[in-house]
Amino acid sequence: MASNNDWSTPKAMAIPKEGYFTLQQGRYGETYPRTPACHGFTIIAKIKPGTEAQIRDYGTKIEQTIAASPHALAPLQLHYLRWVLFDIGPDKYFMYQGIFDTDFDKYTEDAIDLFTATGVNTVFEKLEGFPMDWKTNAPAFIKFVREHQCPSFLEYGEYPYVTAGEIKKALALKQAFSSMLDHMQ
Amino acid sequence: MPTPLELGDIQHFLLARTPALAARYEFLTFDDAAAGRAWLAGLVDRVGTGRSVGSTSPDARWITIAFTCSGLRMLGVSDAALATFPEEFRQGMAARASILGLGGTSAPDQWLGDLANPAVHSIVILFARDVAERDRCERQHREYLTTLPGVRVLSALDLEALPPFDGVAREHFGYRDRLSQPVIAETGEQPTPGSGAAVRAGEFFLGYEDEAGSVPPLPRPEVLSRNGSYLAYLRMEEHVAAFREFLRQQANTPDGQELLAAKLMGRWRSGAPLVLCPDKDDPALGGDLQRTNDFLYKEADPYGYRCPVGAHIRRMNLRDTGENMQRRRMIRRGGTYGPPLPEEAPDDGVERGIAAFIGCVSLIRQFEFTMNVWVNDPKFKDLDNERDPIVGAHDGTFDMTVPKRPVRTRIKGLPAFTTIRGGAYFFLPGITALRFLASGESELVS
Repeated sequence: MASNNDWSTPKAMAIPKEGYFTLQQGRYGETYPRTPACHGFTIIAKIKPGTEAQIRDYGTKIEQTIAASPHALAPLQLHYLRWVLFDIGPDKYFMYQGIFDTDFDKYTEDAIDLFTATGVNTVFEKLEGFPMDWKTNAPAFIKFVREHQCPSFLEYGEYPYVTAGEIKKALALKQAFSSMLDHMQ
Repeated sequence: MPTPLELGDIQHFLLARTPALAARYEFLTFDDAAAGRAWLAGLVDRVGTGRSVGSTSPDARWITIAFTCSGLRMLGVSDAALATFPEEFRQGMAARASILGLGGTSAPDQWLGDLANPAVHSIVILFARDVAERDRCERQHREYLTTLPGVRVLSALDLEALPPFDGVAREHFGYRDRLSQPVIAETGEQPTPGSGAAVRAGEFFLGYEDEAGSVPPLPRPEVLSRNGSYLAYLRMEEHVAAFREFLRQQANTPDGQELLAAKLMGRWRSGAPLVLCPDKDDPALGGDLQRTNDFLYKEADPYGYRCPVGAHIRRMNLRDTGENMQRRRMIRRGGTYGPPLPEEAPDDGVERGIAAFIGCVSLIRQFEFTMNVWVNDPKFKDLDNERDPIVGAHDGTFDMTVPKRPVRTRIKGLPAFTTIRGGAYFFLPGITALRFLASGESELVS
């Protein structure tokens, strides 16, 4: 849906400290704007001491989950996910960054169901302050995610506002054309 | 084995649809706890339960009682106990209006019946077989209230089914209503073809296993919350003259107007779904409950050439094109109010519409999600700048796309066909909980 925007002109957007320009209440709190780099979140939390190796192991497990079920996360209309572990002083922190086309507030429950289905929650259990009764306490899970969300103050898109769906359609079209041209040789 | 429903303790309201042709909603305020408890104590034995009310019920009237958060507080439920109830219920609908898309003429400061007033403590819902019985019960309740000076009716709304009373529910725009309703798994009832799988009781009643396979923790005290549900109430005016005028402006022929009306709804006014009858109405199919829901979208109509992606029914039930559908199901109850506007009659300035309750266990996950995303998200399903054409929040700046070959029709600046004139969130307690509230024991619980 780049109808009002030119995908060929790169665009940057500086965002106020609050993470939004005007306060718009979503079901679970304030909502964040769509930027040239789409919707997204950046969740940062301290991990429980001694769990780093287990968290890293989950990277492999999730790779296998997606290999077995490549479309497991399709409902979120994702572009990219990035998981990072890093140090602040003696402590180890986990950063979970997602870039996608849906407004997270709108599909929060679906996202949590998918986190659960793909084992992401198991990593969350290694984070300090994560509600261990999350299985029956979705509001607490959502509260944790929101409390650890760090909104961006700058986002940039080389091809702004283009959705994953549009990219996939364009690539499919290119592939179809390429195949057609091959057949015309 | 799933926990069987405690039918003797659950109010009948969400379990059984009664053969009522008339109804009355009274919104009450209590001057003090004693008055509210006395009122409730005198009525609790008349409240229908899932056991007492059924299709063979000989009753002529059915009573339901529910409370706002401020009503529970007034009856002595402590703040500590109320803090275990969901935040959205505690805030109430008026405070969450912007999330629901209720702005402009639908904003709480415009609501009728004092519904945005926190002094609304309780609602008593009366369904009656006919208007005469409704009026008899209304008089009886009025007399009862003369004995209770601390209980006052802030506002009331009378409802009547629309003619010709042929056993078919219709709303003021002329569409057949009540065609799809979730079936509760624990009742053993079988869903009609295409209605989706039966839904676990925990999606509608507190204390039962839900579609996630768990029993979420109950708000405290459990005696108050068990077998309860939440209700979202909406009083939605339907602008019938404006709707008909819109159809006339957009389509030159009666057939063209009927087709456009069907495209907005996703069904012909007979109830026949566009996916099954895209070009011509089939009233026999519309009225056949074994067939009228027996369709999906993904294969039969992926691009909306039959039923537009933004049509009302395609937003309210995404069928095989939505995620986690079983977690979004709700039970609707209610009816029409105001006199029908005769065909060809000009706007008479009289308010008419639907006043309905949406029952669920999670207002935020079920009701608010539906309003926020399915009804009012302008980018729903990759549409651009559209909202539900019938019940969406419209101010003339949203559009409606009707896919068509070779070229789609895009209606720019769709007018508002409905306005929300009032709303509230209620807790619908079980019978034990009603007795607990009436007893005053709630004051002892913290």
